[in-house]
Amino acid sequence: MATPESVITSGTPILRLENIGKTLGGKRILSDISMDVDKGELKVLIGPSGAGKSTLLQCINYLIPPDEGHIRLEGRVVDAARKSDLYAFRQQVGMIFQDFNLFDHLDALNNVSIALRKVRGMSRKAAAERAMAELERVGLANRATLYPAQLSGGQKQRVAIARALAMDPKVMLLDEPTSALDPELVGEVLAVIRDLARGGMTMVMASHQMDFTRALAHEILFMERGSIIERGSPAELLAPGSGTRTADFCSRLTDLCEECS
Amino acid sequence: MVTASLGMSVRKVREISCRLPDLFWVCNPLRPGAQQQKKGGAARPASMLESITTIIEALPYILEGTLVTVATVFGAMALGLLLGVPMSVAQVYGTLPVRLAVGFYVWFFRGMPILVLLLLFYFGLFQLIGLNLSAFAASCLVLGMTSAAYQSQIFRGAIQGLPQGQLRAARALGMSDGTAIRSIVLPQALRLSIPGWSNEYSILLKDSALAFVLGTPEIMARTHFVASRTYEHLPLYMTAGALYFVITLIGLKVLRRLEHKLHIPGYASHGPL
Repeated sequence: MATPESVITSGTPILRLENIGKTLGGKRILSDISMDVDKGELKVLIGPSGAGKSTLLQCINYLIPPDEGHIRLEGRVVDAARKSDLYAFRQQVGMIFQDFNLFDHLDALNNVSIALRKVRGMSRKAAAERAMAELERVGLANRATLYPAQLSGGQKQRVAIARALAMDPKVMLLDEPTSALDPELVGEVLAVIRDLARGGMTMVMASHQMDFTRALAHEILFMERGSIIERGSPAELLAPGSGTRTADFCSRLTDLCEECS
Repeated sequence: MVTASLGMSVRKVREISCRLPDLFWVCNPLRPGAQQQKKGGAARPASMLESITTIIEALPYILEGTLVTVATVFGAMALGLLLGVPMSVAQVYGTLPVRLAVGFYVWFFRGMPILVLLLLFYFGLFQLIGLNLSAFAASCLVLGMTSAAYQSQIFRGAIQGLPQGQLRAARALGMSDGTAIRSIVLPQALRLSIPGWSNEYSILLKDSALAFVLGTPEIMARTHFVASRTYEHLPLYMTAGALYFVITLIGLKVLRRLEHKLHIPGYASHGPL
């Protein structure tokens, strides 16, 4: 029996970024980003808005192709110039967006099953069965026939998570999955992500949910102006009086929250 | 020699064309009423009974024209849809040369009166390339190509109005752009296009009356044919107008029903049928 919090390290990291750089419109968005993500690991990106967290996540699955550097999945370099390679890679990397991006014309079940049918070539019946299983996993089996416009924000994000999970991703990228949600809906989405983390899903997540990060992150990466300026375990970076940029930033986040309430 | 004959014909044209003040009164010296007035004083207005009899006698003939009109509009709308959808996709997602080509096509067909296009293609271009089409087929083709230009812009607006994130989500799932456009973008864009499309239908239906200049035996051509022989202009053109009115109404009702049927649950309602 492995201990629940243990990280299985088998030598090669499941996802490796090597010196990723991106310039958009003459502006340097990302410079020299490298990281290794091991299987079952949860890495959390923190940083002020405009730091490049979202761009980095979208560079990882080539929604925004990086200008420099390489991305390796299980040791293999992704060749984004070859379409078939790119599509196969993206199938193995699930992505969750801040604003859900569900397909508005499809009900919850079909939102989850459409990629199984159109990308995996599964039959309608088999895809529906798999989609139903994923909806059950995020606690939405009873909402399968509802359309995105009929779901709450939290439910939409859970459908989006089910949609990504249905493709059996090796890594999940989560781009501030709870920041577009009403405060009372944040919990249900975080609970699903927490279950994933405990189940050993490998994840890279941009988030400002500090309690969640403190409890579950294996490593925090603090980004500012396109670079990772601090990295370490939550215990190291968030310790009171540690004097890190991360601790400073997070204490200001917490102050803000207290002012609001 | 050439100039002399040209001079002759120009003078002749000047003789039969109207002087400027006439523009407001009796423009066409060949107008039947004008001739009658010259012959025997005031034109005798047709009695109500005569008018009704003419309409009843002419109605089967004109109603046959309705079928031709409906077929022309269906053909043209279908061709416009078939060409317009790929054109809109190409204009949004295509490479620069493709976008320019579509832009040129749209500019060409939207920049000219349909009457000019009909005559240009039927008597000009189709002859030039040796395409021997019936007047009906040529009307469908020209109206369809014109409609494609307008329809492509309806679809383009709808595509660009969709939330961009959905395409990103589709790509993130490993869909190719083609699959994403077919199964995510177009099903939504086409739904949103129905109101604009019904607009295009009602305009195209009335534009189809112009097919009469090619000799397509549709409502307008047949009405004109009967009216020019019976002089019952008022009741006959009213009949033709009523027919267009009814076909417009039926078509718009059908499209409204389609919109209702394809409505995505939970979206803002669009009012009663």
